Amino acid sequence: MDMSALTSRKFVVSGLLILILFAFLVTLPLSFPGYTIVLFSTIFMYVILTLGWVMFSGPTGYISLATAAFFGVGVYTSAIIGIALPLPLVIAIGGAASFCLALLVGALTLRLRGTYFIMFTFGLVELILHFVLWWEVTITGTTGRMVPTVGNTTVYYLMLILFVFLLLTAYLIKRSRRGLALQSIGEYEDAAAHTGVNVTMVKVTTFAISAFFMGAAGAIMATRWTYIDPKIAFNPLLSFMPVVMAIFGGMGQLYGPVIGAALLTYLEQFLITRFPYYYMLIFGIIMLVVILYLPEGLAGLIQKLWQRTFGRKHEVT
Amino acid sequence: MKLLEGTGVTKHFGGLAAVSKVDFHVEQGEALGLIGPNGAGKTTLFNVISAALPLKSGQIRFKGRNITGLKPHQICRLGVARTFQSVKIFNHMPVLANVILGSYYGTSSRMSSADAAREAAALVDFVGLSALQALPAKDLTLANQKRLEVARALATKPELLMLDELMAGLTHTEVGEAMELVTRIRERGITIIMIEHVMTAIMSVCERIMVLHHGAKIAEGTPKQIATSKEVIEVYLGE
Repeated sequence: MDMSALTSRKFVVSGLLILILFAFLVTLPLSFPGYTIVLFSTIFMYVILTLGWVMFSGPTGYISLATAAFFGVGVYTSAIIGIALPLPLVIAIGGAASFCLALLVGALTLRLRGTYFIMFTFGLVELILHFVLWWEVTITGTTGRMVPTVGNTTVYYLMLILFVFLLLTAYLIKRSRRGLALQSIGEYEDAAAHTGVNVTMVKVTTFAISAFFMGAAGAIMATRWTYIDPKIAFNPLLSFMPVVMAIFGGMGQLYGPVIGAALLTYLEQFLITRFPYYYMLIFGIIMLVVILYLPEGLAGLIQKLWQRTFGRKHEVT
Repeated sequence: MKLLEGTGVTKHFGGLAAVSKVDFHVEQGEALGLIGPNGAGKTTLFNVISAALPLKSGQIRFKGRNITGLKPHQICRLGVARTFQSVKIFNHMPVLANVILGSYYGTSSRMSSADAAREAAALVDFVGLSALQALPAKDLTLANQKRLEVARALATKPELLMLDELMAGLTHTEVGEAMELVTRIRERGITIIMIEHVMTAIMSVCERIMVLHHGAKIAEGTPKQIATSKEVIEVYLGE
Protein backbone atom coordinates (compact mmCIF):
# COMPACT_ATOMS: atom_id res chain seq x y z
CA MET A 1 0.00 0.00 0.00
CA ASP A 2 2.73 2.36 1.08
CA MET A 3 4.67 1.33 -1.99
CA SER A 4 1.85 2.02 -4.48
CA ALA A 5 1.26 5.42 -2.88
CA LEU A 6 4.92 6.23 -3.43
CA THR A 7 4.76 4.98 -7.01
CA SER A 8 1.73 7.09 -7.87
CA ARG A 9 3.34 10.13 -6.23
CA LYS A 10 6.40 9.50 -8.32
CA PHE A 11 4.30 9.35 -11.50
CA VAL A 12 2.48 12.54 -10.63
CA VAL A 13 5.75 14.37 -9.99
CA SER A 14 7.43 13.19 -13.20
CA GLY A 15 4.25 13.73 -15.22
CA LEU A 16 3.98 17.30 -13.95
CA LEU A 17 7.64 17.97 -14.69
CA ILE A 18 7.23 16.76 -18.28
CA LEU A 19 4.04 18.81 -18.73
CA ILE A 20 5.65 22.01 -17.44
CA LEU A 21 8.69 21.42 -19.62
CA PHE A 22 6.59 21.00 -22.75
CA ALA A 23 4.40 23.99 -21.98
CA PHE A 24 7.62 25.99 -21.64
CA LEU A 25 9.05 24.66 -24.89
CA VAL A 26 5.86 25.27 -26.88
CA THR A 27 5.51 28.87 -25.70
CA LEU A 28 9.21 29.70 -25.74
CA PRO A 29 9.33 31.53 -29.12
CA LEU A 30 6.58 33.90 -27.93
CA SER A 31 8.54 35.32 -25.04
CA PHE A 32 12.23 34.86 -25.81
CA PRO A 33 14.55 36.68 -28.21
CA GLY A 34 15.69 35.23 -31.51
CA TYR A 35 19.03 34.16 -30.08
CA THR A 36 17.34 31.81 -27.59
CA ILE A 37 15.22 30.29 -30.34
CA VAL A 38 18.32 29.59 -32.42
CA LEU A 39 20.15 28.18 -29.39
CA PHE A 40 17.25 25.86 -28.64
CA SER A 41 17.14 24.64 -32.24
CA THR A 42 20.80 23.71 -31.90
CA ILE A 43 20.05 22.01 -28.60
CA PHE A 44 17.24 20.05 -30.25
CA MET A 45 19.58 19.03 -33.03
CA TYR A 46 22.06 17.51 -30.60
CA VAL A 47 19.32 16.00 -28.45
CA ILE A 48 17.79 14.29 -31.49
CA LEU A 49 21.16 13.00 -32.71
CA THR A 50 22.05 11.74 -29.23
CA LEU A 51 18.72 10.14 -28.48
CA GLY A 52 18.66 8.59 -31.94
CA TRP A 53 22.13 7.23 -31.34
CA VAL A 54 21.26 5.85 -27.89
CA MET A 55 18.14 4.18 -29.27
CA PHE A 56 20.34 1.71 -31.14
CA SER A 57 23.82 1.86 -29.63
CA GLY A 58 22.69 2.12 -25.99
CA PRO A 59 21.16 -1.33 -25.54
CA THR A 60 23.14 -3.20 -28.20
CA GLY A 61 26.60 -1.85 -27.42
CA TYR A 62 27.32 -1.40 -31.13
CA ILE A 63 29.09 1.97 -31.10
CA SER A 64 28.12 3.66 -34.35
CA LEU A 65 30.06 6.66 -35.61
CA ALA A 66 27.87 6.97 -38.70
CA THR A 67 25.66 9.69 -37.20
CA ALA A 68 27.24 12.41 -39.35
CA ALA A 69 26.63 10.34 -42.48
CA PHE A 70 22.90 9.97 -41.80
CA PHE A 71 22.62 13.61 -40.76
CA GLY A 72 24.47 14.76 -43.87
CA VAL A 73 22.27 12.72 -46.18
CA GLY A 74 19.31 14.58 -44.69
CA VAL A 75 21.06 17.91 -45.20
CA TYR A 76 21.76 17.14 -48.83
CA THR A 77 18.24 15.88 -49.45
CA SER A 78 16.99 19.23 -48.24
CA ALA A 79 19.49 21.08 -50.41
CA ILE A 80 18.64 19.12 -53.56
CA ILE A 81 14.84 18.86 -53.40
CA GLY A 82 14.10 21.66 -50.89
CA ILE A 83 12.98 24.14 -53.54
CA ALA A 84 10.70 21.79 -55.39
CA LEU A 85 8.66 20.23 -52.56
CA PRO A 86 6.86 21.31 -49.37
CA LEU A 87 9.09 21.18 -46.29
CA PRO A 88 7.33 18.38 -44.30
CA LEU A 89 7.71 16.15 -47.34
CA VAL A 90 11.37 17.14 -47.72
CA ILE A 91 11.98 16.23 -44.07
CA ALA A 92 10.25 12.87 -44.49
CA ILE A 93 12.28 12.13 -47.63
CA GLY A 94 15.51 13.17 -45.87
CA GLY A 95 14.70 10.75 -43.07
CA ALA A 96 13.72 8.02 -45.50
CA ALA A 97 16.97 8.43 -47.47
CA SER A 98 18.98 7.95 -44.26
CA PHE A 99 16.73 5.06 -43.31
CA CYS A 100 17.52 3.30 -46.59
CA LEU A 101 21.23 4.02 -46.32
CA ALA A 102 21.21 2.57 -42.79
CA LEU A 103 19.41 -0.57 -44.00
CA LEU A 104 22.09 -1.09 -46.62
CA VAL A 105 25.03 -0.28 -44.37
CA GLY A 106 23.52 -2.23 -41.49
CA ALA A 107 23.03 -5.36 -43.56
CA LEU A 108 26.66 -5.15 -44.67
CA THR A 109 28.35 -4.24 -41.40
CA LEU A 110 26.30 -5.28 -38.41
CA ARG A 111 28.00 -8.65 -38.43
CA LEU A 112 31.16 -6.80 -37.43
CA ARG A 113 31.63 -6.34 -33.72
CA GLY A 114 33.57 -3.97 -31.52
CA THR A 115 36.34 -1.91 -33.05
CA TYR A 116 35.67 -3.10 -36.59
CA PHE A 117 32.13 -1.83 -36.53
CA ILE A 118 33.22 1.51 -35.04
CA MET A 119 35.90 1.98 -37.68
CA PHE A 120 33.61 1.01 -40.53
CA THR A 121 30.85 3.39 -39.49
CA PHE A 122 33.36 6.20 -39.18
CA GLY A 123 34.83 5.29 -42.54
CA LEU A 124 31.35 5.59 -43.98
CA VAL A 125 31.20 9.27 -43.01
CA GLU A 126 34.51 9.98 -44.72
CA LEU A 127 33.56 7.91 -47.74
CA ILE A 128 30.27 9.73 -48.32
CA LEU A 129 31.87 13.11 -47.58
CA HIS A 130 34.53 12.62 -50.20
CA PHE A 131 32.15 11.03 -52.67
CA VAL A 132 29.77 14.00 -52.45
CA LEU A 133 32.71 16.38 -52.65
CA TRP A 134 33.98 14.64 -55.78
CA TRP A 135 30.50 14.58 -57.29
CA GLU A 136 29.89 18.26 -56.65
CA VAL A 137 33.25 19.34 -58.02
CA THR A 138 33.37 17.15 -61.12
CA ILE A 139 29.72 16.66 -62.04
CA THR A 140 27.85 19.66 -60.68
CA GLY A 141 30.79 22.03 -60.86
CA THR A 142 30.30 23.64 -57.43
CA THR A 143 31.28 22.82 -53.87
CA GLY A 144 28.38 24.29 -51.92
CA ARG A 145 24.65 24.69 -52.35
CA MET A 146 22.08 27.19 -51.22
CA VAL A 147 19.13 25.95 -49.20
CA PRO A 148 15.80 27.86 -49.10
CA THR A 149 15.24 29.25 -45.60
CA VAL A 150 12.04 29.07 -43.61
CA GLY A 151 12.71 31.29 -40.59
CA ASN A 152 14.04 30.51 -37.13
CA THR A 153 10.69 29.98 -35.43
CA THR A 154 9.59 27.43 -38.01
CA VAL A 155 12.88 25.56 -37.61
CA TYR A 156 12.38 25.63 -33.85
CA TYR A 157 8.89 24.15 -34.02
CA LEU A 158 9.88 21.54 -36.59
CA MET A 159 12.75 20.40 -34.37
CA LEU A 160 10.43 20.33 -31.35
CA ILE A 161 7.92 18.16 -33.22
CA LEU A 162 10.67 15.81 -34.41
CA PHE A 163 12.02 15.60 -30.86
CA VAL A 164 8.61 14.68 -29.42
CA PHE A 165 8.12 12.13 -32.17
CA LEU A 166 11.56 10.62 -31.48
CA LEU A 167 11.02 10.59 -27.72
CA LEU A 168 7.77 8.67 -28.16
CA THR A 169 9.38 6.22 -30.57
CA ALA A 170 12.35 5.66 -28.27
CA TYR A 171 10.04 5.17 -25.29
CA LEU A 172 7.82 2.70 -27.12
CA ILE A 173 10.80 0.71 -28.42
CA LYS A 174 12.39 0.60 -24.99
CA ARG A 175 9.18 -0.74 -23.46
CA SER A 176 8.41 -3.17 -26.28
CA ARG A 177 9.57 -6.70 -27.06
CA ARG A 178 12.01 -5.13 -29.53
CA GLY A 179 13.58 -3.24 -26.63
CA LEU A 180 14.04 -6.48 -24.73
CA ALA A 181 15.57 -8.11 -27.82
CA LEU A 182 17.99 -5.19 -28.29
CA GLN A 183 19.11 -5.49 -24.70
CA SER A 184 19.63 -9.24 -25.03
CA ILE A 185 21.71 -8.63 -28.17
CA GLY A 186 23.89 -6.26 -26.16
CA GLU A 187 24.49 -8.90 -23.51
CA TYR A 188 24.90 -12.14 -25.48
CA GLU A 189 24.06 -11.88 -29.12
CA ASP A 190 24.39 -15.63 -29.74
CA ALA A 191 22.19 -16.51 -26.79
CA ALA A 192 19.58 -14.07 -28.13
CA ALA A 193 19.70 -15.77 -31.53
CA HIS A 194 19.33 -19.22 -29.96
CA THR A 195 16.33 -17.91 -28.03
CA GLY A 196 14.62 -17.15 -31.33
CA VAL A 197 15.53 -13.50 -31.88
CA ASN A 198 16.23 -12.71 -35.53
CA VAL A 199 19.21 -10.63 -34.44
CA THR A 200 20.16 -9.33 -37.89
CA MET A 201 16.62 -8.12 -38.56
CA VAL A 202 16.22 -6.45 -35.15
CA LYS A 203 19.62 -4.75 -35.38
CA VAL A 204 19.32 -3.52 -38.95
CA THR A 205 15.77 -2.18 -38.63
CA THR A 206 16.47 -0.41 -35.33
CA PHE A 207 19.65 1.08 -36.79
CA ALA A 208 17.55 2.35 -39.71
CA ILE A 209 14.83 3.80 -37.46
CA SER A 210 17.47 5.74 -35.53
CA ALA A 211 18.99 6.92 -38.84
CA PHE A 212 15.58 8.21 -39.95
CA PHE A 213 15.57 10.75 -37.13
CA MET A 214 19.15 11.79 -37.81
CA GLY A 215 18.34 12.36 -41.47
CA ALA A 216 15.15 14.26 -40.69
CA ALA A 217 17.08 16.50 -38.28
CA GLY A 218 19.62 17.16 -41.03
CA ALA A 219 16.88 18.09 -43.48
CA ILE A 220 15.49 20.65 -41.03
CA MET A 221 18.84 22.11 -39.96
CA ALA A 222 19.89 22.63 -43.59
CA THR A 223 17.16 25.25 -43.96
CA ARG A 224 18.67 27.20 -41.08
CA TRP A 225 22.20 27.16 -42.44
CA THR A 226 21.15 28.50 -45.89
CA TYR A 227 24.54 27.53 -47.33
CA ILE A 228 25.90 24.01 -47.05
CA ASP A 229 28.83 22.10 -48.45
CA PRO A 230 30.01 18.50 -47.85
CA LYS A 231 32.29 19.51 -44.97
CA ILE A 232 29.44 21.20 -43.14
CA ALA A 233 26.90 18.46 -43.85
CA PHE A 234 29.17 15.51 -43.05
CA ASN A 235 31.10 17.13 -40.19
CA PRO A 236 32.71 14.20 -38.29
CA LEU A 237 32.20 16.09 -35.03
CA LEU A 238 28.51 15.26 -35.38
CA SER A 239 29.45 11.59 -35.09
CA PHE A 240 31.44 12.05 -31.90
CA MET A 241 29.30 14.55 -30.04
CA PRO A 242 26.29 12.23 -29.60
CA VAL A 243 28.56 9.59 -28.04
CA VAL A 244 30.07 12.12 -25.65
CA MET A 245 26.68 13.57 -24.80
CA ALA A 246 25.18 10.15 -24.20
CA ILE A 247 27.99 9.22 -21.82
CA PHE A 248 27.65 12.58 -20.09
CA GLY A 249 23.92 12.19 -19.63
CA GLY A 250 23.88 8.47 -18.92
CA MET A 251 22.20 5.84 -21.06
CA GLY A 252 20.19 3.92 -18.46
CA GLN A 253 17.15 6.17 -18.76
CA LEU A 254 15.76 8.02 -21.77
CA TYR A 255 16.04 11.40 -20.09
CA GLY A 256 19.79 10.85 -19.63
CA PRO A 257 20.79 11.50 -23.25
CA VAL A 258 18.29 14.37 -23.44
CA ILE A 259 19.75 16.14 -20.42
CA GLY A 260 23.30 15.31 -21.46
CA ALA A 261 22.87 16.72 -24.95
CA ALA A 262 20.97 19.80 -23.79
CA LEU A 263 23.47 20.70 -21.06
CA LEU A 264 26.57 20.06 -23.14
CA THR A 265 25.24 22.07 -26.07
CA TYR A 266 24.46 24.96 -23.77
CA LEU A 267 27.82 24.61 -22.07
CA GLU A 268 29.59 24.58 -25.42
CA GLN A 269 27.83 27.75 -26.55
CA PHE A 270 28.55 29.40 -23.21
CA LEU A 271 32.22 28.44 -23.17
CA ILE A 272 32.77 29.39 -26.82
CA THR A 273 31.63 32.95 -26.16
CA ARG A 274 33.41 33.34 -22.82
CA PHE A 275 36.61 31.39 -23.37
CA PRO A 276 37.07 31.07 -27.14
CA TYR A 277 40.63 29.75 -26.72
CA TYR A 278 40.20 27.42 -23.78
CA TYR A 279 36.71 26.08 -24.28
CA MET A 280 37.82 22.70 -25.64
CA LEU A 281 40.18 22.31 -22.71
CA ILE A 282 37.45 23.06 -20.15
CA PHE A 283 35.08 20.81 -22.06
CA GLY A 284 37.61 17.98 -21.87
CA ILE A 285 38.11 18.40 -18.14
CA ILE A 286 34.37 18.26 -17.53
CA MET A 287 34.14 15.05 -19.58
CA LEU A 288 36.99 13.46 -17.63
CA VAL A 289 35.35 14.27 -14.32
CA VAL A 290 32.04 12.83 -15.45
CA ILE A 291 33.56 9.61 -16.77
CA LEU A 292 35.65 9.12 -13.64
CA TYR A 293 33.09 10.05 -11.01
CA LEU A 294 29.72 9.55 -12.68
CA PRO A 295 30.00 6.33 -14.67
CA GLU A 296 26.22 6.24 -15.03
CA GLY A 297 26.18 9.84 -16.20
CA LEU A 298 23.89 12.58 -14.97
CA ALA A 299 20.90 10.24 -15.14
CA GLY A 300 22.62 7.96 -12.63
CA LEU A 301 23.17 10.91 -10.32
CA ILE A 302 19.56 12.05 -10.67
CA GLN A 303 18.34 8.55 -9.93
CA LYS A 304 20.38 8.43 -6.75
CA LEU A 305 18.92 11.73 -5.57
CA TRP A 306 15.47 10.59 -6.64
CA GLN A 307 15.84 7.42 -4.62
CA ARG A 308 16.85 9.39 -1.60
CA THR A 309 13.73 11.56 -1.98
CA PHE A 310 11.27 8.77 -2.63
CA GLY A 311 13.09 6.02 -0.81
CA ARG A 312 12.42 3.32 -3.39
CA LYS A 313 14.64 1.85 -6.00
CA HIS A 314 13.75 2.85 -9.54
CA GLU A 315 12.60 -0.14 -11.49
CA VAL A 316 15.24 -1.20 -13.95
CA THR A 317 13.84 -2.36 -17.24
CA MET B 1 10.22 -41.90 -34.59
CA LYS B 2 13.50 -40.17 -35.20
CA LEU B 3 13.17 -36.59 -33.97
CA LEU B 4 16.66 -35.50 -34.95
CA GLU B 5 18.96 -37.24 -37.36
CA GLY B 6 22.43 -36.33 -38.59
CA THR B 7 24.31 -38.04 -41.40
CA GLY B 8 28.00 -37.56 -42.11
CA VAL B 9 28.09 -34.43 -39.95
CA THR B 10 31.51 -32.82 -40.34
CA LYS B 11 32.99 -29.59 -39.01
CA HIS B 12 36.58 -28.46 -39.43
CA PHE B 13 38.46 -25.71 -37.61
CA GLY B 14 41.28 -24.97 -40.01
CA GLY B 15 42.90 -28.35 -40.58
CA LEU B 16 41.43 -29.86 -37.43
CA ALA B 17 38.36 -32.05 -37.78
CA ALA B 18 36.37 -31.04 -34.70
CA VAL B 19 33.50 -33.28 -35.73
CA SER B 20 34.15 -35.85 -38.41
CA LYS B 21 31.53 -37.85 -40.35
CA VAL B 22 29.32 -38.41 -37.34
CA ASP B 23 26.00 -40.19 -37.85
CA PHE B 24 23.58 -39.82 -34.99
CA HIS B 25 19.90 -39.76 -34.19
CA VAL B 26 17.62 -39.00 -31.29
CA GLU B 27 14.32 -40.79 -30.82
CA GLN B 28 11.21 -38.84 -29.87
CA GLY B 29 10.92 -38.73 -26.08
CA GLU B 30 14.37 -40.12 -25.45
CA ALA B 31 17.23 -38.75 -23.36
CA LEU B 32 20.51 -39.11 -25.18
CA GLY B 33 23.77 -38.58 -23.33
CA LEU B 34 26.80 -37.22 -25.13
CA ILE B 35 30.14 -37.91 -23.50
CA GLY B 36 33.79 -37.84 -24.39
CA PRO B 37 37.07 -36.33 -23.18
CA ASN B 38 37.68 -32.58 -23.44
CA GLY B 39 38.01 -31.49 -27.05
CA ALA B 40 36.10 -34.49 -28.34
CA GLY B 41 33.71 -32.28 -30.29
CA LYS B 42 30.61 -32.50 -28.10
CA THR B 43 29.92 -28.79 -27.89
CA THR B 44 30.86 -28.38 -31.56
CA LEU B 45 28.16 -30.92 -32.38
CA PHE B 46 25.65 -28.81 -30.39
CA ASN B 47 26.87 -25.75 -32.23
CA VAL B 48 26.31 -27.23 -35.66
CA ILE B 49 22.88 -28.63 -34.72
CA SER B 50 21.77 -25.23 -33.40
CA ALA B 51 23.44 -23.49 -36.38
CA ALA B 52 25.83 -21.46 -34.25
CA LEU B 53 28.43 -22.86 -36.67
CA PRO B 54 27.92 -23.84 -40.31
CA LEU B 55 28.47 -27.45 -41.35
CA LYS B 56 31.32 -28.36 -43.65
CA SER B 57 29.48 -31.37 -44.96
CA GLY B 58 26.69 -33.69 -43.97
CA GLN B 59 23.05 -33.15 -43.26
CA ILE B 60 20.88 -32.62 -40.19
CA ARG B 61 17.17 -33.39 -40.25
CA PHE B 62 14.62 -32.42 -37.61
CA LYS B 63 11.26 -34.20 -37.78
CA GLY B 64 12.21 -35.35 -41.25
CA ARG B 65 12.90 -31.82 -42.46
CA ASN B 66 16.37 -30.82 -43.61
CA ILE B 67 17.44 -27.99 -41.31
CA THR B 68 21.01 -27.67 -42.60
CA GLY B 69 21.78 -24.07 -43.48
CA LEU B 70 19.01 -22.48 -41.42
CA LYS B 71 19.75 -19.56 -39.06
CA PRO B 72 19.93 -20.08 -35.28
CA HIS B 73 16.63 -18.28 -34.62
CA GLN B 74 14.89 -20.41 -37.25
CA ILE B 75 16.18 -23.62 -35.66
CA CYS B 76 14.99 -22.35 -32.30
CA ARG B 77 11.52 -21.55 -33.62
CA LEU B 78 11.25 -25.02 -35.17
CA GLY B 79 11.59 -26.46 -31.68
CA VAL B 80 15.25 -27.02 -30.89
CA ALA B 81 16.45 -25.15 -27.80
CA ARG B 82 19.83 -25.19 -26.09
CA THR B 83 21.80 -24.03 -23.10
CA PHE B 84 25.46 -23.07 -23.02
CA GLN B 85 28.50 -24.65 -21.44
CA SER B 86 29.47 -21.27 -20.01
CA VAL B 87 26.17 -19.80 -18.87
CA LYS B 88 24.91 -17.05 -21.17
CA ILE B 89 22.01 -15.48 -19.36
CA PHE B 90 21.19 -11.80 -19.80
CA ASN B 91 22.89 -10.54 -16.68
CA HIS B 92 21.39 -7.08 -16.42
CA MET B 93 17.84 -8.15 -17.14
CA PRO B 94 15.56 -9.41 -14.38
CA VAL B 95 15.18 -13.19 -14.12
CA LEU B 96 11.61 -13.04 -15.41
CA ALA B 97 12.57 -10.86 -18.41
CA ASN B 98 15.18 -13.44 -19.45
CA VAL B 99 12.42 -16.01 -19.78
CA ILE B 100 9.88 -13.61 -21.34
CA LEU B 101 12.32 -13.07 -24.22
CA GLY B 102 12.00 -16.78 -25.00
CA SER B 103 8.20 -16.58 -24.89
CA TYR B 104 8.17 -13.56 -27.21
CA TYR B 105 10.61 -14.80 -29.80
CA GLY B 106 10.95 -18.56 -29.41
CA THR B 107 7.98 -19.59 -31.53
CA SER B 108 6.60 -18.52 -34.88
CA SER B 109 3.29 -17.40 -33.40
CA ARG B 110 3.04 -13.99 -31.80
CA MET B 111 2.13 -13.97 -28.13
CA SER B 112 0.56 -11.08 -26.23
CA SER B 113 2.74 -9.58 -23.53
CA ALA B 114 0.29 -10.62 -20.81
CA ASP B 115 0.36 -14.24 -22.00
CA ALA B 116 4.14 -14.16 -22.32
CA ALA B 117 4.52 -12.83 -18.77
CA ARG B 118 2.15 -15.46 -17.40
CA GLU B 119 3.86 -18.28 -19.25
CA ALA B 120 7.32 -17.07 -18.24
CA ALA B 121 6.26 -16.82 -14.60
CA ALA B 122 5.03 -20.41 -14.74
CA LEU B 123 8.37 -21.56 -16.14
CA VAL B 124 10.35 -19.58 -13.58
CA ASP B 125 8.27 -21.38 -11.00
CA PHE B 126 8.85 -24.72 -12.74
CA VAL B 127 12.63 -24.37 -12.33
CA GLY B 128 12.15 -23.13 -8.75
CA LEU B 129 13.17 -19.49 -9.09
CA SER B 130 9.88 -17.69 -8.49
CA ALA B 131 11.12 -16.10 -5.29
CA LEU B 132 14.00 -14.56 -7.25
CA GLN B 133 12.20 -13.50 -10.41
CA ALA B 134 12.64 -9.75 -9.96
CA LEU B 135 16.39 -9.94 -9.31
CA PRO B 136 18.90 -9.09 -12.03
CA ALA B 137 20.03 -12.44 -13.41
CA LYS B 138 23.66 -11.75 -12.50
CA ASP B 139 22.80 -11.90 -8.79
CA LEU B 140 21.87 -15.60 -8.95
CA THR B 141 24.15 -18.43 -7.89
CA LEU B 142 25.69 -20.54 -10.65
CA ALA B 143 23.21 -23.36 -10.06
CA ASN B 144 20.30 -20.94 -10.31
CA GLN B 145 21.76 -19.24 -13.38
CA LYS B 146 21.81 -22.63 -15.04
CA ARG B 147 18.21 -23.24 -14.04
CA LEU B 148 17.31 -19.84 -15.46
CA GLU B 149 18.97 -20.75 -18.73
CA VAL B 150 16.86 -23.91 -18.82
CA ALA B 151 13.71 -21.89 -18.17
CA ARG B 152 14.61 -19.49 -20.98
CA ALA B 153 15.14 -22.44 -23.32
CA LEU B 154 11.83 -24.00 -22.26
CA ALA B 155 10.04 -20.72 -22.97
CA THR B 156 10.75 -21.27 -26.67
CA LYS B 157 8.55 -24.40 -26.43
CA PRO B 158 11.13 -26.87 -27.67
CA GLU B 159 10.52 -30.45 -28.67
CA LEU B 160 14.24 -31.05 -28.33
CA LEU B 161 16.33 -29.52 -25.58
CA MET B 162 20.13 -29.64 -25.72
CA LEU B 163 21.78 -29.25 -22.32
CA ASP B 164 25.48 -28.47 -22.40
CA GLU B 165 27.03 -29.48 -19.07
CA LEU B 166 24.08 -28.52 -16.93
CA MET B 167 25.78 -30.02 -13.88
CA ALA B 168 29.36 -28.80 -14.28
CA GLY B 169 30.51 -26.75 -11.32
CA LEU B 170 27.54 -27.67 -9.14
CA THR B 171 27.70 -29.08 -5.63
CA HIS B 172 26.58 -32.62 -4.93
CA THR B 173 23.16 -31.48 -3.72
CA GLU B 174 22.73 -29.18 -6.69
CA VAL B 175 23.57 -32.03 -9.09
CA GLY B 176 20.76 -34.03 -7.50
CA GLU B 177 18.37 -31.12 -7.97
CA ALA B 178 19.46 -30.68 -11.57
CA MET B 179 18.84 -34.38 -12.27
CA GLU B 180 15.40 -34.05 -10.80
CA LEU B 181 14.78 -31.04 -13.04
CA VAL B 182 15.81 -33.01 -16.13
CA THR B 183 13.40 -35.77 -15.17
CA ARG B 184 10.55 -33.28 -14.82
CA ILE B 185 11.40 -31.76 -18.20
CA ARG B 186 11.18 -35.21 -19.74
CA GLU B 187 7.78 -35.70 -18.13
CA ARG B 188 6.63 -32.76 -20.24
CA GLY B 189 7.37 -34.86 -23.32
CA ILE B 190 10.53 -32.98 -24.24
CA THR B 191 13.34 -34.95 -25.85
CA ILE B 192 16.79 -34.30 -24.45
CA ILE B 193 20.40 -34.47 -25.58
CA MET B 194 22.80 -33.74 -22.77
CA ILE B 195 26.53 -33.28 -22.63
CA GLU B 196 27.79 -34.19 -19.21
CA HIS B 197 30.95 -35.07 -17.35
CA VAL B 198 29.13 -36.13 -14.21
CA MET B 199 28.93 -39.85 -15.02
CA THR B 200 26.51 -40.90 -12.31
CA ALA B 201 24.08 -38.28 -13.56
CA ILE B 202 24.30 -39.25 -17.20
CA MET B 203 24.13 -42.96 -16.42
CA SER B 204 20.94 -42.62 -14.43
CA VAL B 205 19.14 -40.02 -16.56
CA CYS B 206 19.89 -41.19 -20.11
CA GLU B 207 18.56 -44.22 -21.94
CA ARG B 208 21.27 -44.11 -24.52
CA ILE B 209 24.77 -42.69 -24.61
CA MET B 210 26.96 -41.67 -27.52
CA VAL B 211 30.72 -41.33 -27.07
CA LEU B 212 32.82 -38.93 -29.11
CA HIS B 213 36.59 -38.96 -29.29
CA HIS B 214 38.70 -36.70 -31.52
CA GLY B 215 35.54 -35.69 -33.35
CA ALA B 216 34.49 -39.22 -34.24
CA LYS B 217 31.81 -41.42 -32.76
CA ILE B 218 33.52 -44.36 -31.09
CA ALA B 219 30.66 -45.98 -29.22
CA GLU B 220 26.93 -45.85 -28.72
CA GLY B 221 24.62 -47.85 -26.51
CA THR B 222 22.83 -48.18 -23.22
CA PRO B 223 24.59 -46.81 -20.11
CA LYS B 224 25.48 -50.38 -19.14
CA GLN B 225 27.03 -51.16 -22.53
CA ILE B 226 29.01 -47.93 -22.43
CA ALA B 227 30.23 -48.50 -18.88
CA THR B 228 31.63 -51.87 -19.86
CA SER B 229 32.90 -50.95 -23.31
CA LYS B 230 36.62 -51.60 -23.59
CA GLU B 231 37.09 -48.84 -26.13
CA VAL B 232 35.41 -46.22 -23.96
CA ILE B 233 37.41 -47.17 -20.91
CA GLU B 234 40.62 -46.92 -22.94
CA VAL B 235 39.70 -43.43 -24.13
CA TYR B 236 39.01 -42.24 -20.62
CA LEU B 237 41.74 -44.02 -18.68
CA GLY B 238 44.40 -44.71 -21.31
CA GLU B 239 45.53 -48.16 -22.38
